[in-house]
Amino acid sequence: MEAHTTPLPGAAAPAPRTRAVESTATWRRRDRIGLALCWAAGILLCLIAFGLVAYMAVRGVQYLKLDLLTTRPLSDLDQSKTGGFLDPIIGTVILTVVGTLLALPLGVATAVWITEYARPSWLARAVESGVEMVAGTPSIVLAIFGLLLFSESVFSFLSFTAQGGAVFGRSFFTAGAMMSLIALPLVFGSTREALQSIPGHVREASYALGKTKAATIRRVLLPTARPGIATGTALGMGRIAGDTAIVVILLGATLQLQSAGDTPGLSTLKGTGSTLTSYVYNNSPAGEGNAPEKAYAAAFVLLLIVIALNFAIDLLSNKRKAPTWSG
Amino acid sequence: MERLTPPPIRRIVVDDDPTVVAAPPPGQAPAPANGTVVAGSPLAPAGGAAAGATGTPGASSFVSAPRRRPATEGLGTERMHLEELTVAYSGKEAVKRVTLPVRQGEVLALIGPSGCGKTTLLRSLNRLTELTPTATQGGRIVLDGEDTGLLEVTQLRRRVSMVFQQPNPFPMSVFDNVAYALREQGTKRPGKAALNEPVAEALRRAGLWDEVAEDLDHAALRLSGGQQQRLCIARALAAGPEVLLLDEPCSALDPRSTQIIEDLIVGLRKDVAVVIVTHNLQQAYRIADYVGFMYLGDLVEYGPAEEVFGNPREERTREYVSGAFG
Repeated sequence: MEAHTTPLPGAAAPAPRTRAVESTATWRRRDRIGLALCWAAGILLCLIAFGLVAYMAVRGVQYLKLDLLTTRPLSDLDQSKTGGFLDPIIGTVILTVVGTLLALPLGVATAVWITEYARPSWLARAVESGVEMVAGTPSIVLAIFGLLLFSESVFSFLSFTAQGGAVFGRSFFTAGAMMSLIALPLVFGSTREALQSIPGHVREASYALGKTKAATIRRVLLPTARPGIATGTALGMGRIAGDTAIVVILLGATLQLQSAGDTPGLSTLKGTGSTLTSYVYNNSPAGEGNAPEKAYAAAFVLLLIVIALNFAIDLLSNKRKAPTWSG
Repeated sequence: MERLTPPPIRRIVVDDDPTVVAAPPPGQAPAPANGTVVAGSPLAPAGGAAAGATGTPGASSFVSAPRRRPATEGLGTERMHLEELTVAYSGKEAVKRVTLPVRQGEVLALIGPSGCGKTTLLRSLNRLTELTPTATQGGRIVLDGEDTGLLEVTQLRRRVSMVFQQPNPFPMSVFDNVAYALREQGTKRPGKAALNEPVAEALRRAGLWDEVAEDLDHAALRLSGGQQQRLCIARALAAGPEVLLLDEPCSALDPRSTQIIEDLIVGLRKDVAVVIVTHNLQQAYRIADYVGFMYLGDLVEYGPAEEVFGNPREERTREYVSGAFG
């Protein structure tokens, strides 16, 4: 290696560099192949993602007509009379809202307890592994557990009761409750991460002003963690909108929204219905409806919803780059 | 609109005004305005001369430097008193049997090498040490005649507030940062209109008003480091504390911001008792009236700044202020 020294004044300028300081050309072959594979993997993933969206867009736009979005699905052997998927869209929205409304307070409260209290420690460990267990449970297992649970007569107020007293156990309430378990770990995780990233001296600054722990959590910590909470919620909403197993088992999988009872609003929530995922499943060649064109169109709409949520997450996460404490 | 009154706090009546306790020595000009750098203030040359006379090695290096504060005005009003204070973490003593007065009208600086217990001592004054589960405390701290251990901790911390090493404004607007200290626990009452005046007053006292008055909705974390630290001081002053604790408030700041904050601290000592922990001996010399030197949990020496820096009684103090260790 040549030693670099500052050239003497008046000396000729050093020759311009002809190659980078470190070039992969000097690497061993094994390392170069490894690097190439890393590049290839990244590019391949991009291609798959874009291919998926492009394919669904072509197929979806091809079959998507405005009246599909505005007409209710009907059961008919003639495909031209089976209507659109207005009800599944509404069902997706209702289910996402119910699931999120349950998961949000539960997840945030758990995260606050874990980061700010967590005493006794054995309970904190139990809570953490509980959340991890819920996060790792397949949704079909959650669904069948939910059906078992909500068919008990104590939960009869959540769904409709058949003549003879059998509790149906399937409704937007029960499906939403189980869906909240899917979103809960995501809300919990990102809230906890956001709270943990707040330096301890910020909490102390609040205590040093004579504020209680409760006031500190409400007025300082939760507002600071809001972008994190929002990100977790959006992630959870995406998962709820995309889940199929719970809908098929716990929402009754009736094509149209079927109310139970007479109270407006509440009857819908106690009733059964479908979502875009179950609609796609039913109309795919694997399902009973067998109308692949409508399945494509509905899948495209679902994809758009989930992509929109992802963009929302990006926007929310960017807000996190707001100025923060130094050191 | 009714003017905001902070929650009721019982205060003792202070009969003697600390600013008039000691008359200036005859022939001396009256003390100049706060914050003026006074070259050759009445007592500084005396300290410097003493150091020169006793031949203290190195101790006179900055003792003759200009001090930011005007002449000492004599003993102020005692606000806090530490009696045989001992603080231990998991049984290991960090502060050992320290007895110390904290007076209004004076800046008390605690100096000493890292890990000597000065920050622990500071934090025990408003019971922030209680946030550490392993900390135990012996002895007594008295605030205006009341044992701080018997006071409601939220009340105590409104009366003895603190500024930290890292500027740590809350991620809200400048206004809300100060208003937070004035509002009731966890509520948004009183509303913004009622708080305009007290917030502005706190910002003026912290010398930040002119820079932020135009845009009080500015995000606090977008201010510069020095402005953030002054905002933290404004926040700490908002509830009208009797004692202000500063834990190395300038260590994360540039020299210019440091100078502004030092001037500010010297100006504040008339209304609040100021205790500052600092690693920076020059800073302690510039702003402190009294200095406590701590070493391994002991309060080795306590006395007027001129004496501690100019003519320390203890050998360890002499070595520390001359830079032999630290």
